[in-house]
Amino acid sequence: MMEIGLNHYLVLSTILFAIGLVGVMKRKNLLLLFFATEILLNSVNIAFAAISHYYGDLTGQMFAFFVIAIAASELAVGLGLLIVWFKRHGTIDLDTMTSMRG
Amino acid sequence: MFEAVAFYLFAFLTISMFFIVVTTSQALYALTALAAGMIFISAFFFILGADFLGAVQIIVYTGAVMALYAFGMMFFDTTREVKEKLGNKYIILGLTTFAAVLVVVIFSAPMVSSNITAFYPMVEGAGNTQEVGLVLFTKYLVPFEVAAVMLLVAMVAGIVLAGKKMDNSLTLMSEVEIDETNKKVLS
Repeated sequence: MMEIGLNHYLVLSTILFAIGLVGVMKRKNLLLLFFATEILLNSVNIAFAAISHYYGDLTGQMFAFFVIAIAASELAVGLGLLIVWFKRHGTIDLDTMTSMRG
Repeated sequence: MFEAVAFYLFAFLTISMFFIVVTTSQALYALTALAAGMIFISAFFFILGADFLGAVQIIVYTGAVMALYAFGMMFFDTTREVKEKLGNKYIILGLTTFAAVLVVVIFSAPMVSSNITAFYPMVEGAGNTQEVGLVLFTKYLVPFEVAAVMLLVAMVAGIVLAGKKMDNSLTLMSEVEIDETNKKVLS
């Protein structure tokens, strides 16, 4: 209980990943869907950093660093696409994206 | 003792903040809770000795990602109530638990091996930032350059997507036209 080990961080990562996954499956608003995906990415980063610390290996921190870079670029492109969609349809609800038109 | 208290405190705070993010119907509450949660996640990085990652987490997420989200909220007028996907609760909870446990099993699978050696071990006496800089700019130089190009492409794509077919271009209009447009908009 008092000695924090690797298992504690992995359990925390599991709980946060579960919360983010519930958010992804629950939300219909695309902006809030992006919020939930950020939770998923950061929960995995905690696991990477914890394993890196307990094995004395810097590879985990490198992976977490690149995950943060990918999350930033995903957000930039995603918001750009959201703006284009909002201009055409006036809403960012998932229901308006269920059909594709050529 | 200090590490245990800090871990449980920040774990409780992080789980609470992210629970608010996925349950509230107010986008502003979700955004604020998400920003707070990112700060608490950087606390875990500092506890684990990943100082550079903690600083990057604060700068990138709270400084940049939250600013973009705030812009998105204002642009999309999400002060209205957001709709929820009211699917089957048990399917959602079951799939969520299964996926989360699967992620932890994937992470924990190499730990049962007895031949684990560190690719890039931490060096005694050197600080975390020095170690990160050394490995990042020697062993991970190519992924670093690829990530830089990817961020540049994402930035250009975001600008082109958002800026294309703007309704009005203030730089191409004369002041008289700008005044007329303002009168039309305000009327």
